[in-house]
Amino acid sequence: MSLSPEHEEFRKVVRAFADREVRPKAAYYDERAEFPTDVILACGEQGFLGLPIPERYGGAGADYLSYLICVEELARVDPSVAITVEAHTSLVCNLLYHFGTEDQKTRWLTPLAAGKKIGAFALTEPGAGSDAGGTQTSAREDGDDYVINGAKMFITNSGTDISLLAIATARMADGQISAFIVPVGTPGFEIGRKLRKIGWHASDTRELAFTDCRVPKHNLLGESGKGFNQFLAQLDDGRIAIAALAVGQAQGCLDECLRYVAERRQFGRPIGSFQAIQFKLADMATKIHHAKLAVYHAGNLRQNGDPFKIEASMTKLFATEMAVDIAREAVQVHGGYGFIEEFPVARFYRDSKVLEIGEGTSEVQRIIIARQLGLDPGLR
Amino acid sequence: MNIVVTVKQIPDPNVAPQLDGNRLKRTGVAGVLDPGDEFGVEAGLQIAAAHGGEVTVVSMGPAQAMEAVRKALSMGATKGVLVSDDALQGSDALHTARVLAEAIKNTGFDLIISGVESTDGYTGVVPQMIASILDIPSATFAKSIEINGDTVKINRQTEKGYDEVEVQMPCVITVTAGVNEPRYPSFKGIVEAKKKPVDEPGSPVAGESTSQNVESVNDAPQRGAGEVVEDDGSGAAKIADFLAQAKVI
Ligand SMILES: Cc1cc2nc3c(=O)[nH]c(=O)nc-3n(C[C@H](O)[C@H](O)[C@H](O)COP(=O)(O)OP(=O)(O)OC[C@H]3O[C@@H](n4cnc5c(N)ncnc54)[C@H](O)[C@@H]3O)c2cc1C
Repeated sequence: MSLSPEHEEFRKVVRAFADREVRPKAAYYDERAEFPTDVILACGEQGFLGLPIPERYGGAGADYLSYLICVEELARVDPSVAITVEAHTSLVCNLLYHFGTEDQKTRWLTPLAAGKKIGAFALTEPGAGSDAGGTQTSAREDGDDYVINGAKMFITNSGTDISLLAIATARMADGQISAFIVPVGTPGFEIGRKLRKIGWHASDTRELAFTDCRVPKHNLLGESGKGFNQFLAQLDDGRIAIAALAVGQAQGCLDECLRYVAERRQFGRPIGSFQAIQFKLADMATKIHHAKLAVYHAGNLRQNGDPFKIEASMTKLFATEMAVDIAREAVQVHGGYGFIEEFPVARFYRDSKVLEIGEGTSEVQRIIIARQLGLDPGLR
Repeated sequence: MNIVVTVKQIPDPNVAPQLDGNRLKRTGVAGVLDPGDEFGVEAGLQIAAAHGGEVTVVSMGPAQAMEAVRKALSMGATKGVLVSDDALQGSDALHTARVLAEAIKNTGFDLIISGVESTDGYTGVVPQMIASILDIPSATFAKSIEINGDTVKINRQTEKGYDEVEVQMPCVITVTAGVNEPRYPSFKGIVEAKKKPVDEPGSPVAGESTSQNVESVNDAPQRGAGEVVEDDGSGAAKIADFLAQAKVI
């Protein structure tokens, strides 16, 4: 597994961008729990909101690996910005690109991939999380429209100043689950309160409510009734990207530790001269190395069109659990200062936990892996 | 319009510099396109976009400097020239100017853009020497550039403000940081840069590459401790006095 020189060059570009444009504002937006509209639009101008999407639909015409690199490098300085880009790209742009009609792509994908607007993917409901097939939201046909009723929970990117649409899943009369493009501003589409979270403060997460919300029939995404399975397949894509995000934030933790252990002195010497501290950093570097190999291995499979389901889940599981461990150790290395908000590791620590939950919990990943091993988890 | 931008690879300024004898070590260390040159490339690209024409980047350096040329190409320059020759190692400013001027003559030029000075050597004389060798005018320290037909008008940064200076093309312009915001290359730009043509002639000028000899290299003196102004109500005035003494205000 290796990245091409062009990919390594692109990594330098994203890193420079992240250091100059994202890093200086990360603590500011985190502290205010404010969505960093200017930072996200700046990402859009660089093409970072449509990397794997062809240019004819507003994208950067790059590839999936460059997208993973981008998410990783953004997470190294600000996981909130990285998840904004990730949810928009993996869950929204990708779905529109793979399942949208030509009209849908022109109308909805183009402004999203061009980075002028962002999109939200609304699958989770108050009563349907890991069991996404338990969707209660309904979509009823009425003349030329579908009428959507129900509630969604934890929806990223749904209520910002630049949110364009939500792709919402709903159950049809025949019991099958489909997905619909619901533009912001549609009557009956209510964007709820912003949830107060322990991390990812600058990322926008909300409840959504649909009350007799009418969308035209041509807003159905993908084939009627097949939507759900198609989307589940697409979620594998996002899992690799979340793993890339985890690797990036773990690297951010290690960077901070390397800086800190050289400066901080106790017992008359830098704490980085204590073997106990050195070993922590050596362990961090080793785990990051392996998680990163797994990310780009799975990414290469995906890019080459090879099966990657089990790799995506194993990588998401391993990388996110690693990132949580490393964030905890990074705070430990900083001592009391790691518990103080001025130090970036405090933010990384708060930001880390959700990685084991979003886009399939660690338990769900283990279920998927077990299933791929031929075991029957006994679930519907 | 034929726009030529001179670019240089310098050792990564974020890494402690290493010496090779009495010279800066340039090969085998991480290099970057001189950040000062990014302003020149951006200026060239903006002028080409607004007035038509293409941007050629010209560089002198070891083979490794190709990375800097490619970086400029990934930003959008059309083609490159890298003059690389062992005989050029340790060239002084005048010889560098001779080599670059010769290479520029071979590519053709209407407008030559350079950074004010390199971020490693800081001699700040190569662009003017190029102008002199090519027998064309130069206008330096541009903080903005305007093209009207054959005339280039710049706002030339001075200590007090700026002078408006007009020159006729062909000419050399040097740009300050702040003349623009250099773009970040896109992934597509990076991929395309690999396919763009880069001419690699050997040294086009013969003769001694330097008339200078570096006798020794010493560390810059340590800075003394700063002065702490206790604010007993007159703090602002004391700081203003200090700044006035230092001729900052
Ligand atoms: C910040 C944030 C952003 C999010 N963004 C989005 C978004 O943009 N769009 C979207 O659709 N969703 C989003 N989500 C929702 C996320 O995907 C869900 O939270 C996640 O899938 C888990 O669902 P749940 O919270 O309902 O937990 P539950 O499914 O109720 O799980 C509770 C616990 O039970 C475990 N569990 C459940 N089933 C099993 C089982 N069969 N075997 C073993 N253990 C099991 C889980 O692993 C977990 O530990 C987001 C969540 C957060 C926190």
